[in-house]
Amino acid sequence: MQRRNFLVLSGAGLAAAGLTACGGSGSGGSGGGESSSEVEVFTWWAQGSEKAGLDALVAQFEKDYPDLTFLNASVAGGAGSAAKDMLQSRLQAGDPPDTFQAHAGLELTDYIDAGQLEDVSDLYEEYGLTDAFPDDLVTLLTVDDQIYSVPSNIHRSNVVWTNVAVLEAAGIDPTVVPADVEAFIADVEKAAASGVTGLSVGTTWTQVNLLEAVLMADLGSTAYNGLWTGETDWSGSDVTTALEHFGALIELTNTDRDGLDWTDATQMQIDGDAAYSIMGDWAVASFQQADLKDGEDFGYFPLSGGEEIFGFLADSFTLPVGAPNPDGAKAWLDTISSQEGQVGFSLAKGSIPARTDVDTEEFPAYQQTAIESYAQDAICPSLAHGAATPVAWLNDVADATSKFTTGASDVAGYQEELATIAESNTSA
Amino acid sequence: MKKVARHYGAPLLMILPSLLLIGIFVYGLLGVNFWTSMTDNHSAAQASGREPVAFVGLTNYIDLLLTEDFRHSLANLVLFTATFLVGAMAMGFLWAWLLERPLRGGRFFQTIYLFPMAVSFVASGVVWRWLLNSNQGESASGLNRLFQMIGLDVLQNPWWNNITFGIVAIALPAIWQLSGYVMALFLAGFRGVPDELREAARMDGASEWQVYRMVIFPQLTPVLMSAIVIIAHMSLKSFDLIMSISSAAAYQTKVPAVDMFLFKSGFDYANSAAVGAFLLIIIAFLIVPYLVQQHRSRTR
Repeated sequence: MQRRNFLVLSGAGLAAAGLTACGGSGSGGSGGGESSSEVEVFTWWAQGSEKAGLDALVAQFEKDYPDLTFLNASVAGGAGSAAKDMLQSRLQAGDPPDTFQAHAGLELTDYIDAGQLEDVSDLYEEYGLTDAFPDDLVTLLTVDDQIYSVPSNIHRSNVVWTNVAVLEAAGIDPTVVPADVEAFIADVEKAAASGVTGLSVGTTWTQVNLLEAVLMADLGSTAYNGLWTGETDWSGSDVTTALEHFGALIELTNTDRDGLDWTDATQMQIDGDAAYSIMGDWAVASFQQADLKDGEDFGYFPLSGGEEIFGFLADSFTLPVGAPNPDGAKAWLDTISSQEGQVGFSLAKGSIPARTDVDTEEFPAYQQTAIESYAQDAICPSLAHGAATPVAWLNDVADATSKFTTGASDVAGYQEELATIAESNTSA
Repeated sequence: MKKVARHYGAPLLMILPSLLLIGIFVYGLLGVNFWTSMTDNHSAAQASGREPVAFVGLTNYIDLLLTEDFRHSLANLVLFTATFLVGAMAMGFLWAWLLERPLRGGRFFQTIYLFPMAVSFVASGVVWRWLLNSNQGESASGLNRLFQMIGLDVLQNPWWNNITFGIVAIALPAIWQLSGYVMALFLAGFRGVPDELREAARMDGASEWQVYRMVIFPQLTPVLMSAIVIIAHMSLKSFDLIMSISSAAAYQTKVPAVDMFLFKSGFDYANSAAVGAFLLIIIAFLIVPYLVQQHRSRTR
């Protein structure tokens, strides 16, 4: 009796444990793309303005190539982390999509090292992209004289967003742009003293976004870019200053930051609970959706230490080795790099075109300023968004940053850790 | 020989498919995992087989143990498991004990207590992330706000954002979800004790407490053992709940399962496999004594 009971129980227990343990790891959308008219495009643009942008691209693609069929292989979740995880498995298993989305820059290093990407420099010649994209961008994309992806649009990562009413209530002139990071911290302190959150921030990657903005402003473009090539010493005193600034800013942020995503942090500003935030320029869509008026209700300026810097990240598309339909993939790359494709996509997504030879009149006010700075400013690759480093390096920096912002390490320990990480990642 | 074949042949044939499947997909892949963990497979090029990997023995294991961050993850895991285990056992046992007697409405409460188990960790994690919001004072929400409303301001705390004990806060939802299940296990255990035994004990003049202590509790040992094994191994594998309340990079709630995920996403397959091996070894420490005990009690 007892034993039978027990067996039934433990059986039920195992079954139940199995049930709860099975997380939903959605079944893979494999297959597809067998017929040569289908082009399987892998993205993490599944909702919101990103989905709208993708739809605009698809419309253009169908116009450009009516005999090809677009096959949507978008994977939602985790700001792309779910998609990247699945992509990694598919590439390892030799079952690549025809083309996939990736941040342009060193995030591609792993795929390149693994021999999973085709060189697309020929397409740059064929589609005339080399002259259409600015030189800085082409240099950033070039690895050992080869280019592995075609950018569809550009975002800016180092933008300070302000709630004008909150600033005025705190006695800060919203039209004055702080001259350097010190001045910015002083303003944030003043805002915090008025009873709101000085600077709203979210979970770890948004903190890394904040870190990179501070590093860019404090170090300047040359030294910042040198951090990733080994030319700038992570143990230097200028880095110490930047990290101290970062620490001071974190002190002025909301205490529940680790539980929030960037949208929640931006919402705090929209609700008038926070004065400032530093976020990529996709945030502009949130302000617009909340019916806030550019310049009247919300403002923006790049965080700067004197030099004008454009914190750069770009979405791009690739041509994987062994793609079932490479010609279809090339057609897709043609559409996303064409003038019409880039303008249509960026208008819907809230980014700016990577091409400099397009008509920008249609773009709203914020994008106009971004387009202007993109053409003039020094370009620094974004750390938080995979332009500056391979994935492993970014993961390490994120870990160290989380350790620092939760208080488990001080500035000295943090800097030492960052230096060690840089050393082990540049030597590897 | 022929007799042996007749005796074992048919059963062996019957279990052969599952034996093969388990052999390849569980034990075979465990072997691959251990092999990977003892190589220097740390980069994308090696992961895809473009560059050779070399055998490095236990280097990865030692290196991991030498990093402070991994020790922090292990400490978190121990803390989480201890809290989860003790909490779920205590709550589950208490409820089972209360509901064991035929009370009016007992069934109703059984169902109530069991229901949280039907919710997935990811879904409840989303709600608990809000409940466990770490803001205090004016901007508080969730449980901290509740404490303010009932005048218990001193109880406000940063929950999972505490560096050392943050992980304990995440054990709360786990306890909430699994206590009902432990209760069901214990209830079945209680019901497995024949009434005759209780009556016999009462006839011998045992008080109600003595009946429990001397007669019933000793018979619950097998249930207790299996409950411990089930809860503890779930706790060691915990990933979804932690990821949906906190995030992968958050230092305060790092556990080995999260490290494993991060290593994998950074194309560091060797370290990922080594962390997995650590988890397997820890679980083995738990399961093997249990199996031995089961085996003994069966052969006795």
